Amino acid sequence: MDLQTVWFVAVAVLWTGFLLLEGFDFGVAALIPVLGRRTADRHLMLRTVGPLWDGNEVWLVTAVGATFGAFPIWYGSWLPALYLPFVGVLVGLIVRAVGFEWRHSSHDERWDRTWTRIITGGSLVACLGLGAALGATTLGLPIGADGVRVGGAFSGLHWPALLGAVAVLAFALVHGALFLALKTDGPLRLRARAFALRWSPVAALPLLLWAGLVQLRQGTTLTGFLWVVAALAVVLTWSQAKLDREGRAFAGWALTLVASMATVFGAAYPVVLPSTIDAAFDLTVSSASVSDYTLTLMSWVAAVGLPVVIGYQAWTYWVFRTRLTAGPQQEDAAAGTGSGAGTGS
Amino acid sequence: MDTLDIARWQFGITTVYHFLMVPLTIGLGLLVAVMHTMWVRTDKPEWLRMTRFWGRIFLINFALGVATGLVQEFQFGLAWSEYSKFVGDVFGSLLAMEALLAFFLESTFLGLWIFGWGRIPKKLHLASLWAAVIGSTVSAYFIIAANSWMQHPVGVVTDDATGRPLQVDFWAVLTNNTAIAAYTHTIVASLMVAGTLLVGIGLWHLRKRVLAGRPTTDVDHAVWRRSVRLGGFVTLAAFLLVALTGDYQGKLMYAQQPLKMSSAEALCETEAPASFSIFAFSKLGSNECDDVRSFTIPYVLSFLAHGDFSTAVPGVNELQAQYAETYGATYPDDPSFGAKAGEPIDYTPLLAVTYWGFRLMIIMGAVSAAVSAYALWSTRKGRVPTSRIGVYGTLAAVAAPFVANASGWIFTEMGRQPFVVYPNPDVPVADQVYFFTAQGVSPGITAGEVWTSLIALALVYGALAVVELGLITRFVRRGVTTGDTTPTPGIGGGPSTTDPTPDVEPEHVDDDVLQFAH
Ligand code: HDD
Ligand code: HEM
Ligand code: HEM
Repeated sequence: MDLQTVWFVAVAVLWTGFLLLEGFDFGVAALIPVLGRRTADRHLMLRTVGPLWDGNEVWLVTAVGATFGAFPIWYGSWLPALYLPFVGVLVGLIVRAVGFEWRHSSHDERWDRTWTRIITGGSLVACLGLGAALGATTLGLPIGADGVRVGGAFSGLHWPALLGAVAVLAFALVHGALFLALKTDGPLRLRARAFALRWSPVAALPLLLWAGLVQLRQGTTLTGFLWVVAALAVVLTWSQAKLDREGRAFAGWALTLVASMATVFGAAYPVVLPSTIDAAFDLTVSSASVSDYTLTLMSWVAAVGLPVVIGYQAWTYWVFRTRLTAGPQQEDAAAGTGSGAGTGS
Repeated sequence: MDTLDIARWQFGITTVYHFLMVPLTIGLGLLVAVMHTMWVRTDKPEWLRMTRFWGRIFLINFALGVATGLVQEFQFGLAWSEYSKFVGDVFGSLLAMEALLAFFLESTFLGLWIFGWGRIPKKLHLASLWAAVIGSTVSAYFIIAANSWMQHPVGVVTDDATGRPLQVDFWAVLTNNTAIAAYTHTIVASLMVAGTLLVGIGLWHLRKRVLAGRPTTDVDHAVWRRSVRLGGFVTLAAFLLVALTGDYQGKLMYAQQPLKMSSAEALCETEAPASFSIFAFSKLGSNECDDVRSFTIPYVLSFLAHGDFSTAVPGVNELQAQYAETYGATYPDDPSFGAKAGEPIDYTPLLAVTYWGFRLMIIMGAVSAAVSAYALWSTRKGRVPTSRIGVYGTLAAVAAPFVANASGWIFTEMGRQPFVVYPNPDVPVADQVYFFTAQGVSPGITAGEVWTSLIALALVYGALAVVELGLITRFVRRGVTTGDTTPTPGIGGGPSTTDPTPDVEPEHVDDDVLQFAH
């Protein structure tokens, strides 16, 4: 494999890692109005992602940074083509980030409810917007010969973007529900499990459709095989959820995502940004990348850095592995999750 | 305004805003880590309470630092796509490394610190804070190396095929003298921000307690007293270092970007020896150096620029002519220059901004050093100052180093106009890599789009500033609560529920635990 391919894979891994991790905190936040019947449930839901969401979000920062670092032409064509949708994503991410942090700082009921709503709204917007961006960069954007968008501010938001948006949100909702089933106990756990069981077959459809479309356009046998794996993983998820095996269901759903994204990126390769105007304007790994010198350098840094990062992040997941309940104060402290413990009653 | 101007305003506003949180994160992070270390080593309760109190303020601020940093990461692509494509070979990789090597460390270990009280061994818990703080300082190095490369591009050659810089020497980019100077200057400037905060708030609490007749022997008194002493010494030492590193930067700047320094001095004609300007004013709205009246001290500028009292310092008029000759008197008549194509180029940055930006930085730094000296003097040998003016003045001066930091950046960034990547004078002109700001803006986006984002971000930022200030003020007012003394015990025990806290209801005591940010 040449270095450009290596970095294409690295960028794909980072975006997939981002969806896999941030996917559940987006999902948990988006499910608050659906599953969080009582205030205590809503707090419990937020507490499950409390210590994790910031580390998850750095996957996004790194995915964007690596896209810029390895393929600046891709970065510089993709983002401005979807200027306003990305601004929406940023606003969503900002208000959600401060919401997680500032929610606890007043014991006022209204304050708490307002920030909880803001977290849900911000997560929805960010999730839809990033899904749209990923859908567009794999299925097509109206870019001209110089990589510059043709058409008005919303010309990038046609069906590929909308499909990506729906696919990522639907994935995140079930992912969030399965995460809650795994991380909580009590009635919430049961409701989350029921939600995942009911919706996982439907929620997988847009994701499979997206991967299937990229596959039909330019896929290989290998990516076709990956698509089948993704489809089988949905069956696995559903059957394990039916058997109340939350861990396996979660793993099955994660596999659905990983296999789908592997299909999407694998089939799209070597195109990083297809033009809907003329295939001659497509940006490819070789036309969008930096020099081999810089790629080599980044490869060394990533080869050392990424395993270390994965190691210590996995370790924090281990430290915070306990199941949480919406019980009284003492239990919160004992579970050591603490976040919002003061508001948890 | 055209897209270029709006995009510049947007970049300036969002970056300056981000840099209100950044120095506090860096400076206070270091100081809280020191407090926590002192607690682990001495077991004295005041160090624990200090860690809790200042740690909480650190976390409120950190949240907004992360939120606004996200915008920065996308911004280069959104509004400055041509710039991103041009500098991609150097700049993007530094951002990617920053995220991989620093941001992960910062966010993961901070999460561990916040939620780890009583859950992980004491020493490991302390180490996780240090890991997060080291993450912040490493992140600062990468981003400043990226910025300094724009100020003084090294380690690159021009790619003949694309006209873009190609990186050939990463080590040169990392050890760029501009980066080393700017990094040390920024880190010590961050310590001034944190130090002055400790001094201002600590002094205010000390005075309030004494006026209310509270004892001067209890733990809380020790908390505020130690905060003032620590903050005061840190601020004074940092001011000394800021001046030393700043002096070095000034000398580098004369070699690398002479127009920036001469503009900052409103020095129109070349002088030998050159004098330092202490006050200047100009015709309103004019950017002509000759319209500026300036009051000066002889010899000093020669010393600042070259370290002696006689060498000539080139003036703005001469430099402007020199640059026009080398880089063209007008922008090329090429669509990539947008509305600026074919227009004359003004190589002189906005004189008023560079001149006053430079002075405001130094003056505001001096203000915080002065109040710190006052605070140390007025708390000598266990005394407590009760002077209203002194204490409230010190509290107000907490804002000074923030202003100094913002002015320093505005000076640095606007002083390099009209270039966004400044030509490196050590390289023969034919081989130089440079890029005009006018070329950098994204060509496909409309002014309406940038207006929309500018207004949206400004509104959100404005609202968040109000909430953040409100939150910090509330926590500061409340001071250290008794809940802060008890570290969350291990599994099984609730924190401090037996500990009556006057202004916090018992069921909310847990909220005082540093589990605030996540
Ligand atoms: C001198 C230091 C410095 C400078 C010049 C900048 N930053 Fe910054 N940034 C930090 C120092 C820092 C920090 C201390 O590491 C922060 C501040 C608060 C925080 O949470 O981390 C941070 C946060 C932060 C984050 C969030 C990280 C996370 O999710 O944990 C991003 C994405 C950026 N920054 C990106 C940028 C970009 C693209 C900049 C260029 C314009 C920039 N920052 C200027
Ligand atoms: C964090 C502190 C910083 C502040 C306060 C700051 C401030 C500013 C300001 C005020 C401008 C507008 C200048 C103008 O339009 O005339 C600007 C522009 C810019 N700065 Fe910075 N800057 C900071 C750091 C950085 C860093 C670290 C980088 C790069 C890594 C950077 C890259 C840029 C770019 C690309 C522009 C746009 C081009 C331009 O308008 O000049 N800045 N900055
Ligand atoms: C006391 C004497 C000081 C001197 C002589 C000095 C000198 C300088 C110089 C020459 C620059 C421009 C560097 C460039 O454009 O390449 C600069 C930038 C800057 N200054 Fe200062 N400074 C002083 C005090 C301060 C103080 C008190 C603060 C803040 C508390 C501060 C914060 C900054 C910042 C944040 C920058 C922009 C980043 C950088 O280039 O380092 N400075 N300073």
